[in-house]
Amino acid sequence: MTRRTAKPARGQKAVIAGIGQTEFSKNSGRSELQLVCEAIKTALDDAGLEPRDIDGMSTFTIDNNEDVDIVRSMGIENLRFSSRSPHGGGGSIGTLAHAMAAVESGLANTVVCYRAMNERSEARFGIAHMENNSNATGSGSGFLEWSMPFGAMTPAAWTGVQAQRYMSQYGVTNEDFAPISVQLRQNAATNPLAWFYEKPITFEDHQASRWIVEPVFRLLDCCQESDGGVAILVTTEERARDLRQRPATIAHATQAVPFETETVTNFYHSDLTRFDSGIQCAKDLYERTGLGPSDMQVGMLYDHFTIAVLWHLEAFGFCKPGEASDFIKDGHLALDGSIPLSPNGGLIGEAYIHGMNLVTEAVRQIRGTASNRIDEVENVLISAGMSGAILSAP
Amino acid sequence: MSQDETRWERPAPLPSRNSQFFWDAVEREELLGQRCTNCHAFRHPPRPMCPHCLDVSWEGVPLSGRGTVHSWMLPVHPRLPMFEYPLICVLVDLEEGIRIFSNLYECAPEEVENGMPVEVFFVPTRDDKKVPVFRPIKDTTS
Repeated sequence: MTRRTAKPARGQKAVIAGIGQTEFSKNSGRSELQLVCEAIKTALDDAGLEPRDIDGMSTFTIDNNEDVDIVRSMGIENLRFSSRSPHGGGGSIGTLAHAMAAVESGLANTVVCYRAMNERSEARFGIAHMENNSNATGSGSGFLEWSMPFGAMTPAAWTGVQAQRYMSQYGVTNEDFAPISVQLRQNAATNPLAWFYEKPITFEDHQASRWIVEPVFRLLDCCQESDGGVAILVTTEERARDLRQRPATIAHATQAVPFETETVTNFYHSDLTRFDSGIQCAKDLYERTGLGPSDMQVGMLYDHFTIAVLWHLEAFGFCKPGEASDFIKDGHLALDGSIPLSPNGGLIGEAYIHGMNLVTEAVRQIRGTASNRIDEVENVLISAGMSGAILSAP
Repeated sequence: MSQDETRWERPAPLPSRNSQFFWDAVEREELLGQRCTNCHAFRHPPRPMCPHCLDVSWEGVPLSGRGTVHSWMLPVHPRLPMFEYPLICVLVDLEEGIRIFSNLYECAPEEVENGMPVEVFFVPTRDDKKVPVFRPIKDTTS
């Protein structure tokens, strides 16, 4: 097969020059600020940079860490770009879009994208959210006013109502989600960084796990709740030439907010079986790079719940609408399949660092340093639904 | 639906400035839809400007309260002390062309299905407020 490369769309190319993370756990035993500083320090060491080289920062909503606190903790001296994208985890890849834009326009030279959280030991997303200051959904969600008085108070419930429409329309049942969970746990089982390292599951385990939202999600359809931190260093291709690692080019990164979109509570699109924001991301990424689904060697697809993988596969054109569960049964997502899914185990198997550990794995696949290394990776698709990116080999 | 007085009550709605009219009407057991006075398009949830014609004038129009189930699910875990389980959450396509999130009562979970005709009624919440919920429309012809 011919390996196609993304067409050069811009002058100065943004690349990922460093990645860092803490261990992933259920109780980090330290503050979220400490986690983020440790992750950034690891990323700096990875790249061969110093804190003073960082002049930009990008995070996304539902983050308790403020740029000023990181600056003060790490001795960063001249921050001149700082952004916080909307949409919570769905917008996590918006950090790459902002960093890319900053680096390519000259607003900043080296931007750190980050997320650190004690999402299991402190503010769990999976518990019921009833207070006005609840932070689980981010900005722009209708959950509080339109869902809470009716007992839908968790991300699983909000996603579940949309999912049931898809399942009903295409005759998909919860059993059809099992292969996704089994695959991701199998990937995690051979990834020492994963919380579920050496802990694979079977189809029967999935089906025996308790209902969270009936008849849609069982426990093993849900991503983890995790403690941990991740940092990604974005700089120019030129700057990266002097650094330690083989860079991963940001072929393009984008955000997507189609009409009638809300964050998490997407109840009002005309067709709930269609993943409108993913479709917009796909169109933008493919048009800007000149690439298509057959040019991707790895799919890092946001798996907060198993069904999201089906939605991403259809939105990004790996299969036709309604065909994702058959596509998955045919083995396409396996490590030796046509589009291996999150070889690190994804948010279900590795950890839930709000989407950002999809980026670290994408970079490792480009570098060829991942535990479950896919051969000859030219392009990796990362999609969080309301944001996405294609990373390419340099 | 009766609420045991010793249980926690269903949480009250939290109106915003844009939706106050909707919840005020619900307190009177009236279901209103926000309709643009210029292009007559309905919209829900309420917002200050018509996304179709950009007019800011609108009126709260009484809705029939009838519709069909668009989608449904049962939140199983975690259980909350202010709701009775099994709890059926539904998205209802109202006759006027807007969609609303609510609960379905007077229906066993195994009998819910998309497309099922439903009608609105109202149940109390904490702070003496109310919310609109739905029940199946009984087929009176058979």
